[in-house]
Amino acid sequence: MCAVRSPREDYAPSRIAYRVNRLWLSPVFRVATLWLLPMAVIGGGAGLWASQPGSQELIQNVRMAVMARMRDQPDFQVKQMAVRGASPELTREIRRVLALEFPVSVIDLDLDAIRVKVSAFDAVQHVEAHIVLGGALMLDVTQRAPAVIWRNAGGLALLDEEGHRVALAERRDAAPELPLIAAAGAERAIPEALAIVAAAAPLRDRMRGLVRQGERRWDVALTGGQVIQLPETGAVEALERVLAMDEAGDLLGRDIRIIDMRNPARPTIRLGDEAFAYLKTLRGLEKG
Amino acid sequence: MIDLYEIQRAMRQMRKAAMQRGVVAILDLGTSQTTCLILRFDGGHVPGTDGVGPLAGQSRFRVIGAATTRSRGMRFGEIDVMQETERALRTVVQAAQKMAQVRVDHAIACFSGAGPRSYGLAGQIDLSGESVREADIAAVLASCEVPDLGPDRTVLHAQPVNFALDHRSGLTDPRGQVGNTLAADLHLLSVDAGVVRNLLHCVKRCDLELAGIASSAYASGIAALVEDEQSIGAACIDMGGGTTGISIFMRGHMIYADSVRIGGAHVTSDISKGFGISLSLAEKIKCYHGGLVPTGRDDRDMIELTGETGDWEHDRREISRSELIGIMRPRVEETLEAVRERLDAAGFEALPSQKIVLTGGASQVPGLMGLAARMLGHQVRLGRPLRVQGLPQAATGPGFSAAVGLSMFAAHPQDEWWDFEIPAERYPGRSLRRAVKWLKENW
Repeated sequence: MCAVRSPREDYAPSRIAYRVNRLWLSPVFRVATLWLLPMAVIGGGAGLWASQPGSQELIQNVRMAVMARMRDQPDFQVKQMAVRGASPELTREIRRVLALEFPVSVIDLDLDAIRVKVSAFDAVQHVEAHIVLGGALMLDVTQRAPAVIWRNAGGLALLDEEGHRVALAERRDAAPELPLIAAAGAERAIPEALAIVAAAAPLRDRMRGLVRQGERRWDVALTGGQVIQLPETGAVEALERVLAMDEAGDLLGRDIRIIDMRNPARPTIRLGDEAFAYLKTLRGLEKG
Repeated sequence: MIDLYEIQRAMRQMRKAAMQRGVVAILDLGTSQTTCLILRFDGGHVPGTDGVGPLAGQSRFRVIGAATTRSRGMRFGEIDVMQETERALRTVVQAAQKMAQVRVDHAIACFSGAGPRSYGLAGQIDLSGESVREADIAAVLASCEVPDLGPDRTVLHAQPVNFALDHRSGLTDPRGQVGNTLAADLHLLSVDAGVVRNLLHCVKRCDLELAGIASSAYASGIAALVEDEQSIGAACIDMGGGTTGISIFMRGHMIYADSVRIGGAHVTSDISKGFGISLSLAEKIKCYHGGLVPTGRDDRDMIELTGETGDWEHDRREISRSELIGIMRPRVEETLEAVRERLDAAGFEALPSQKIVLTGGASQVPGLMGLAARMLGHQVRLGRPLRVQGLPQAATGPGFSAAVGLSMFAAHPQDEWWDFEIPAERYPGRSLRRAVKWLKENW
């Protein structure tokens, strides 16, 4: 006896099954299905969820909470600030301007902004801000050194060698050891002014200051209203000639108001009133 | 004559593409079994050979997928019911792909039927003392007189088997040599065009691109004959299910192919008819108990026949093994006689070597050696396909000769006529190209 068997199904794959099988074996399709499609689904779902206003709020809240937790970590706290390389007044000013309330978290501390703020001080040439281990904010300040005192329409100011303002001054006595320069444009020719001052060392007792004329050349103002007018170029050499003449013939001790060296080839002098009258009398006598 | 080769040229292009991709399927469409091997070509890389060279250059490829199934819709090595054959093809291709885990897009197929007919062609051109160039080879091949193949026949193989330069014959590659006349012998195998068209269509329906077709007699010869036999001269008898293929090799080339439309399936049907049993049972007892040489022991060796007719007497019969042999032997003898006839017709005795190699699924019947030696001559041996890398143990039997041979054919294709440029003067009406060619040659 034998059980009646149902006719066997065809074992051959159908055309569609065959094609699907081949499709599945093709590498591009496989990668697309196994990687790109899941990634697209996950990414799309996440994007869709994140685009809802409610979930955005949730994300924001979670972010805030996490940030708050981080901020409160004791390891992230900065407890004090040290300023190195600045004068006590400047240090005080820096502390006042920054107005940090310690302890503050590192996360809230914007070192770049601090750098910008401190650099804004006239007296600060360069500043480096960093957090040192143990929770302290360290500011390394390089101060500008005043080289001249400058009088202009606005008052008196201390300038460094590059012409940057270091501080304002109330009086000339604030920096008696610094040379005085005056007039507009003087701050742009400070190296030349310093060279002239150095060359005029023999006249130190008599020199009142340098005056910039027409923003192009210097006058040396001496006590007693005497003025040495220097050329645009070769000012130091011209001054040295004047000093040589002074040494040879006591030029500056005489009644001369202006020594004009603007044309170095032809030094010119303007006599004082008495000398001029005397000269006139002398010429009259010579004429007879 | 020219358009005939367009399809072959297209296949060559396809084969190049397949080689570049590195994966190609081998389809052996037999009458009783359909085999698919998937080959991976890895550009001549030989892994770790110490002393032993690569297997005659065959290690260039590796079998990464193999599947075989019962053929459907095939008769006498030809497609009979296309839908059924297509299903069988889908089954094997899918199974082989599953094993290889690779999608395969190009296939090289072989089939055994379609009435192959061999022609030996000869051609000759005048060289006038110049050295032989590639174009001359093409010209001498083109000068071969093509016989009338008959209606609806097409060319399956057209291989140059011999070149002669003046009086020196037996050249394999005359390029670069100097002579006055160049002669060539060409072996042309024609088959029914309809069968090839059906095959093309069937493979195409399986979404595969056909990158070559071959006669399975030829493919079996490549796999089952060792190199010496191929060069000295031997015949390979591929005893398949529906047909028995014959191919004669000489100097490394196939010089004759034929097929006899008798095979193992006929033996099975004889057993089925003789004992009144189902074909599947007949196949089973043929495989388990079959033989060709009866002995006294076989009279007492009883084989139970079962059946499902419901008739107890009919379903509980016993036959002796000698009865089975008595049915099988005449059919095998008939097959071998037909083979003998074909070999005689081809002038096989004239060859210096009379070696005959039996392969194919039906060659596994015990006692065939002795019978074949008596009928075909003494230099008979049973052949198994060459071992190729990665071939599963289950596919190393003689029934897989054609598939293995086809994979070797895929790795080392024989030059065919259509691999050479068609000489310019043969182009009908393409005067522009001819003019360009003339300019190229003369300037």
